[in-house]
Amino acid sequence: MPPADIGERLRALPGGSAVALKLDPREYADHYFAVLNATLRDVGSETDAHTIYITVTNPASFVWGLAQALDVPADRISFVDVISHIMMNYANPLPNATYIETPRALEEIMLRVDYLLRKFPHPRSIVVVDSVNALAIHNPRELLSEFFHIFLTNLKSRNVLALVLETSDEESGGLEQMLNLLVDETIDVGRGR
Amino acid sequence: MDAPADAVPAPAAPPRALMAPATVLERCATGIEGLDNILGGGIPRGNMVLVAGSVGTGKTTLCLEFLVRGAERGERSLFLSVTEASAKLIQNLSTFEFFRVSLVSDGSLVFVDLPALYDKLGLEHEELTADEIDILIRTIRELVETLGVKRLVLDSLTSVCYRIRRDEAIRDFMLRLGQSLSEVGCTSLLVSEIGPTAGRYSLHGVEEAIVDGVVLLWNTRRQGDILRVLQIVKMRGTAHSRAQYVIELTPIGLLMAPHLKGGQPEGS
Repeated sequence: MPPADIGERLRALPGGSAVALKLDPREYADHYFAVLNATLRDVGSETDAHTIYITVTNPASFVWGLAQALDVPADRISFVDVISHIMMNYANPLPNATYIETPRALEEIMLRVDYLLRKFPHPRSIVVVDSVNALAIHNPRELLSEFFHIFLTNLKSRNVLALVLETSDEESGGLEQMLNLLVDETIDVGRGR
Repeated sequence: MDAPADAVPAPAAPPRALMAPATVLERCATGIEGLDNILGGGIPRGNMVLVAGSVGTGKTTLCLEFLVRGAERGERSLFLSVTEASAKLIQNLSTFEFFRVSLVSDGSLVFVDLPALYDKLGLEHEELTADEIDILIRTIRELVETLGVKRLVLDSLTSVCYRIRRDEAIRDFMLRLGQSLSEVGCTSLLVSEIGPTAGRYSLHGVEEAIVDGVVLLWNTRRQGDILRVLQIVKMRGTAHSRAQYVIELTPIGLLMAPHLKGGQPEGS
């Protein structure tokens, strides 16, 4: 799907949907920004949703910088930062971020998202996982499958739109299969352009 | 006589849930959503439950939330503290977003320092005598009855047992305390301090046999990282979950998530 069409596609999805957004590693930078634009602005801001962004690939400060460039208001996005602690890089915590010590604490991710959903109850909530590949670096496959099964099912039962970023490459075959079983739809970002 | 053809059929009885118990006990909802979910709505009213765990596992915080949630619902709640001063406990409560100081000032939430009570009652022996144990039980019962207490926490039972010592005296103390509280419909949590590898749920090992329920809290490790885990070991009159849950103590209360195993066998 051309990156420009992603926002429209996501806006059409009902709450409770789970979608994998598959990025091509050869065009990662361009597509990553396009995906942020689609999720945070096209879907998040324009539908007045509250987004909980789980950052594993990049620190929350990095994603927040991009979100600010997209004019996303601070009260419309919260971060669950899973990577800054392990990088020893959380001296200046963001006011709209909560920090988890390690990407291995998968239950902690579920608990923080639960906390934020209760703390900021909103008719339309979105949870973005960025990304399944980064989580897979730190967690065994079976644990990760169990996590996604429980996490995505829980979000579905709460009518929360879940978006899982995935970088497709030859090494990620097992991850793709696992996600395909759990999500309602997979969008190949860039394909068909 | 046959019913007339145009008679409206009697409404069907509401369907009962599969495996619903024959008798539904009145529940004391803890107010901790995750815990109430795995307990089928809460602790059976009037039951005495051991909350066992090593240091830093969240025992006191769980008990405090149980009391605050109860006080909010109009159930007068009493905290009997042996180990921490009431003033400090109340200060710690302010970290809960749902706590209001007025609950303390209007008497919905009552704190009593047990060491001060010992002094007032003249319980001076290092090992309490049978008479002194009797005075202690009667005093607690009177407090509960006079104030109309519906929820009680004793933090900790272990500290009280240090002054009772003998197994048979502890058994007798707990049986009588449990009966006294149950008779007045007071649901109680007794904190039990155990070592990280105790292999039992209390100091003497007799306490868990007397109580109606055991909630176990402990720290576990995954690749060196510590997770706080909760499990219901026992809850009489309840078809409860036996699974393990990772907990988080947050400003909006205790939250729970399933403890992931990832296909790993126990202990690996």
